[in-house]
Amino acid sequence: MKYQSQRIALAYFSVALALFAIQILGGLLVGWVYVSPNFLSELVPFSTLRMLHTNSLIVWLLLGFFGAAYFLIPEEAERDIHSSKLAYLQLAILVLGTLGVVVTYLFNLFEGHWLLGKEGREFIEQPKWVKAGIVVAALIFLYNVTMTVLKGRKTAITNILLLGLWGLALLFLFSFYNPDNLAVDKQYWWYIVHLWVEGVWELIMASILAYLMLKLTGVDREIVEKWLYVIVAAALFSGILGTGHHYYWIGTPGYWQWIGSIFSSLEVIPFFAMMAFAFVMVWKGRRDHPNKAALLWSLGCATLAFFGAGVWGFLHTLHGVNYYTHGTQITAAHGHLAFYGAYVCLNIAIFTYAMPILRNRDPYNQVLNMAAFWLMSGGMAFMTFTLTFAGTVQTHMQRVLGEYYMDVQDQLAVFYWMRFGSGVVVLIGVLLLIYALAVPRREVISDNATVAAE
Amino acid sequence: MSDASVFDELPGDLMIWVLIVSELLVFGAGLAAFLAVRIADPAGFAAAQDALYRTGAGLNTLVLVTSGALAAWALRLREAERRGRARLCLVGAALLGLVFLAVKSAEYAGKAGEGIGWDTHPFFTFYYLLTGFHAAHVAAGVAVLLLVAWKDAPRNVEAGAAFWHMVDLVWMLLFPVIYLLR
Repeated sequence: MKYQSQRIALAYFSVALALFAIQILGGLLVGWVYVSPNFLSELVPFSTLRMLHTNSLIVWLLLGFFGAAYFLIPEEAERDIHSSKLAYLQLAILVLGTLGVVVTYLFNLFEGHWLLGKEGREFIEQPKWVKAGIVVAALIFLYNVTMTVLKGRKTAITNILLLGLWGLALLFLFSFYNPDNLAVDKQYWWYIVHLWVEGVWELIMASILAYLMLKLTGVDREIVEKWLYVIVAAALFSGILGTGHHYYWIGTPGYWQWIGSIFSSLEVIPFFAMMAFAFVMVWKGRRDHPNKAALLWSLGCATLAFFGAGVWGFLHTLHGVNYYTHGTQITAAHGHLAFYGAYVCLNIAIFTYAMPILRNRDPYNQVLNMAAFWLMSGGMAFMTFTLTFAGTVQTHMQRVLGEYYMDVQDQLAVFYWMRFGSGVVVLIGVLLLIYALAVPRREVISDNATVAAE
Repeated sequence: MSDASVFDELPGDLMIWVLIVSELLVFGAGLAAFLAVRIADPAGFAAAQDALYRTGAGLNTLVLVTSGALAAWALRLREAERRGRARLCLVGAALLGLVFLAVKSAEYAGKAGEGIGWDTHPFFTFYYLLTGFHAAHVAAGVAVLLLVAWKDAPRNVEAGAAFWHMVDLVWMLLFPVIYLLR
C-alpha cells in the first residue's frame, strides 16, 4: 500500500462483503418461496424478500465501487485521498440509510408518509429521507474523489471512472421525480435502472478492469487507454438509446420498438470488446503477477459479462422476441448472469487484488479463492441455464398456448428445485470467498531453502 | 507479439472510425429492418412511397455530395497550409448542410400538412426514424464543420471531414432505398 488513505477501501470492502452474504441468503429465501410458495408469506411477503435480495445487491456493488475508487484513485493520482474523515462519514450515512430501508420495509413503518414511508417503486422504494441521505453521501464522495484527482495526476482511468461515478450520482436524482402517470413514471425510472447498469456502470467497470489489467499484466498504459476509450465509446453509443428496449410495452410510442431493438443489439459490442481486451492484455502481458486469483476473477468478469449481459441480453432484446418472453424466467436468467458477470465478479476481482495489499499480508488464500470462483461461477451458470429452460417452457405454455400463469408455474417446479440447488452452491462459494479474503494465512517459512514461503 | 497494430495505419483518429463504424451499423440495421418489414406489405410500402417528394430528395443528394467535396478540398488545402481557403470551404460545406436541412424541413412540413405522421403506416415509421436520425447527424455535422473551421489543426479537419463523409454516405444509402426502390 503506497498511500495511507487507501486503507479507507478496507472498510468499504468489508461492509460490501457482509451485505453480499446477506444478499445471497435473501436469494436463497426467495428461491425457497418458489418451491414452497407459502413460506414466510405472512411474516415477510415475497415482494419484500425480493426487494431485499435486489437492493442489497445494488448497495453492496455501490459500496464496492466506492471502495475501489478510494483504493485506486490515490495510486493513479499519486496522492492521498482529499479527506479520509469524509470518506468514513459517507460510509456511515450509507450504512444508516441501508438499515433504515430494511427496518422501514420489514415492519412497514410510517405507511404512506411522504418522508418516512416506503415508496414502493421497484429498486427505488427507499423512503425519501434515505434517498436524500444517498444524495448527500454521493456529494461527499464526488467532492472527495474529484478534489483528489484535480490536485493529482490525471489519467484516462481516473477520468473515465469519475465520469461514470458522476453520471451514477446525477442519474439517481430521477428517483425524486414520481409522476402520477405510470407509463411516464416507468420512462423516467429506466433513466436510473437502465442508464446505470447499461450506461455509466459500464464506464466504471471498464476503468476498474483497465486498472486491474495495467497492474496484473504490465501492458503499457498507452495501449490500455486506447482500448478503454473504444470500449467507453461503444458502451455509451449503444447504451443510451438502448434504453428503448424497456419502452416496448409500457405505453410509449411504437417507434421505440425499432430504436430499442437496433441500439440495444449493439450493446453486445462493448461487452465483447471488454472480453477481447482482457484476454489480449493477458497474452501481451510481460508481467507474471503472483495474484493469480485476481486475474482469474478479472478474466471471469469479462467473459461472464459478455455471456450474461451480452448474449443473454441479446436473446430477448429484439421486440419481436420480447413480445413473447417479456417478464418470464428468461428475464430472470439474464438478470442473474449479467449482474454476476459484470458487476459481482468485477467487485470481487478488485477485492481480491486489493485486500492482500491493504492488509499488508502477501500470503493470501489463493487456491481457496479460486475454488470459490469456480463454485460461484459454476452455480450461477447452472442457475442461468435452469432459468433459461424454465423461461422457454413458460413462454411457450403461457404466451403461445395461453395457459394460466399459476398452472404454468406448477409445471416449472423441477426447474425451481434445480435453481435452489445451484443457489446453495453459490452460497458455499461466497462463504469460502469471504473466508479466503478475511482470514489471512499464517506465514509459513520452511527451513528448507528450496521451498518458497507461503 | 509486436505492439504495432493495423489500426495505426488508419488515416485520422481511431475514435472517429469507431464512431463511423457504429453509425453505419445502426443505419445498416435500420435499412435491413425496413426492407424486412417491406416484404410483408410491398403494395402498402409502394403506395406510401408515392407520397414522398422525390425531386426534393434528389436535390438534397446533389447538395450533400457538393458539400462533401468541399469538406474534402478543405482538408487538402489545410494540409497545403492554405488555411484561409480551407476555412472558406468548411464554412461553405456547413452552409450547404443548412440548405439540406431547409429542404428537409420543407419536406417534413409538407408531410405534416397532409396529415402524415410516423404511425400512418410502417413505411413512415422507418421514413421518419431513418431520415430524422440522419437529419440530426447533418445538424451535428454542421456544428462539427464550423468547429473544425475555427480550431483548424489538420487532425481536426480530417476528423470533421471523415464524419461529414459518413453523413454523406448514409444519405447515399437512404435515398435510393427509401425514396426510389420499387
